[in-house]
Amino acid sequence: MKWLVAAAVVVLLALPAVLNSYAVTVFIFIFFYAFLGQAWNIVGGYAGQLSAGHAAFVGIGAYASALLSVQAGLTPWIGMLVGGVLSAALGTVVGYLGFRFGLRGFYFVLLTVAFAEVCRIVALNTDAVGGALGYYITFTGNPRQFQFQDNRAYYYVALGLMLVATAVVAGIERRRFGAYLIAIREDESACEALGVDTFRYKMLAMVVSSFLTGVGGTFYAFYLFSLQPNAVFGIPLSVEIVIRPIVGGAGTVLGPILGSFILSPLAEAARVYFGQGGWSGVHLIAYGLLLIAVVLFLPQGAYPALRRLWIRTSA
Amino acid sequence: MTSADRLLEVSAISKRFGGVQAVRDLSFDMARGEVLGLIGPNGAGKTTVFHLLSGFLAPDGGSIHFEGRPIVGLKPHAICRLGLARTFQIVRPFPHLSVLENVRVGALARRPGMADARSRARAVIEQVGLGPKADHAAAGLTLAERKRLELARALATEPTLLLLDEVMAGLNPTEIEAIVSLVRSINRAGVSILLIEHNMRAVMTLSHRIAVLSFGEKLVEGEPSRVANHPRVIEAYLGEEYVHPSAG
Repeated sequence: MKWLVAAAVVVLLALPAVLNSYAVTVFIFIFFYAFLGQAWNIVGGYAGQLSAGHAAFVGIGAYASALLSVQAGLTPWIGMLVGGVLSAALGTVVGYLGFRFGLRGFYFVLLTVAFAEVCRIVALNTDAVGGALGYYITFTGNPRQFQFQDNRAYYYVALGLMLVATAVVAGIERRRFGAYLIAIREDESACEALGVDTFRYKMLAMVVSSFLTGVGGTFYAFYLFSLQPNAVFGIPLSVEIVIRPIVGGAGTVLGPILGSFILSPLAEAARVYFGQGGWSGVHLIAYGLLLIAVVLFLPQGAYPALRRLWIRTSA
Repeated sequence: MTSADRLLEVSAISKRFGGVQAVRDLSFDMARGEVLGLIGPNGAGKTTVFHLLSGFLAPDGGSIHFEGRPIVGLKPHAICRLGLARTFQIVRPFPHLSVLENVRVGALARRPGMADARSRARAVIEQVGLGPKADHAAAGLTLAERKRLELARALATEPTLLLLDEVMAGLNPTEIEAIVSLVRSINRAGVSILLIEHNMRAVMTLSHRIAVLSFGEKLVEGEPSRVANHPRVIEAYLGEEYVHPSAG
């Protein structure tokens, strides 16, 4: 398994040498959404607290580093950490409200959606951040400003983000923190009886998850160069973040990556083939069908199913 | 009993659910090393007492001291860390985790290192006789095995006082005998035990003392033989006519 992962990383590092610019773009989306899915995986997959408002953290991180860069000249390489901290602060508030008052299941989903929607509406109505017109970053191509002439640089940054988040998740899984999160997902009351401070660990999961997601906001901002409240804070982005780990296997280290390799090309293909002529929503229908299929046939996601297959064939 | 021997002091705790007085002015003490049986008819408030002691419910009044420390108001996890662990009457295993992973969650309370917790969990699993099932998913266990798992998880937290809520219910006589000797060996290793149990033979053999609850109040407390023949106990279980057969 270790060698397989190492080989995959080497292949991904070498790949831009043979890919055309369009294929590189597809991979950037795969990596970036895998990164966001991995960040969500900590609180949604391992701890089982279904946040459906993670777009809020992307948006906070994106606006923070964009504003700091344009208005105050702060390099986004530092701005991305500031964005992460601000997102973690919001995550703390959402987590506190949800976990202190025992909101479970759908109630927690609604709480997280509500916070993301509030962020979206505030951004829409705040002229200082561009309001409904959006916020634009002038392209300079200066790497110090997190801007690159060459698409392949974005490829490596996105790959790096994905690998770092994956390493964080793998590290969590190996420690008491991870064992506790999984147990919390299984049965919170039983955890409390066994000495697990469930509130504290759920909060920690939320903080780490929202921090990483907020860091991702900087990539979003400086890859697209424009921030639209409806896109960066919107429910569709939250869904994009959630759906990859669920399809790939929530609560597993490789699930979000696998999910992104399945779904991101699918979304891209749907965009290319159905993007014009009033067919632009087709990829959402495909998502819906795929999600139904996954829930019916692979309720734990693709990765656990693949693993079972692998164990069976190698035995 | 000197205060140094006193492990648990419960004084005048009460709990009301709407119109139902589940526990009324209940007081009792436990000495270090003791096995106290808590019996009473269905609905007497035994499980409510466990919820109150373990912090899952807050009493309306009264106080609870564990090792001299007041524990009313503490969260369940904090009470567990002080050394008071409980099992649930309706067992709550982590279904998708293996037996070993289940017990490891308990062991992590005192041993934050994963390898350390794992070896502690292994030892407890052997102790309760689940060794051959260590790598099986908890969801696939029989009821008797789940009861053992429930016990093992609580034991892995290394408690000084263990609250066992009907760990024998639903088991056959052979399985009960095995659990009785397991509970006895846990007690001999120095763990005090508060036992809710409907199986009278098991309670009588295991307990040093027995307290009888009825409608949330303590009827009688004392040695097993004395309690078993007490008229008020017979009345609570079987009705008044059994106490005074001539009257019926």
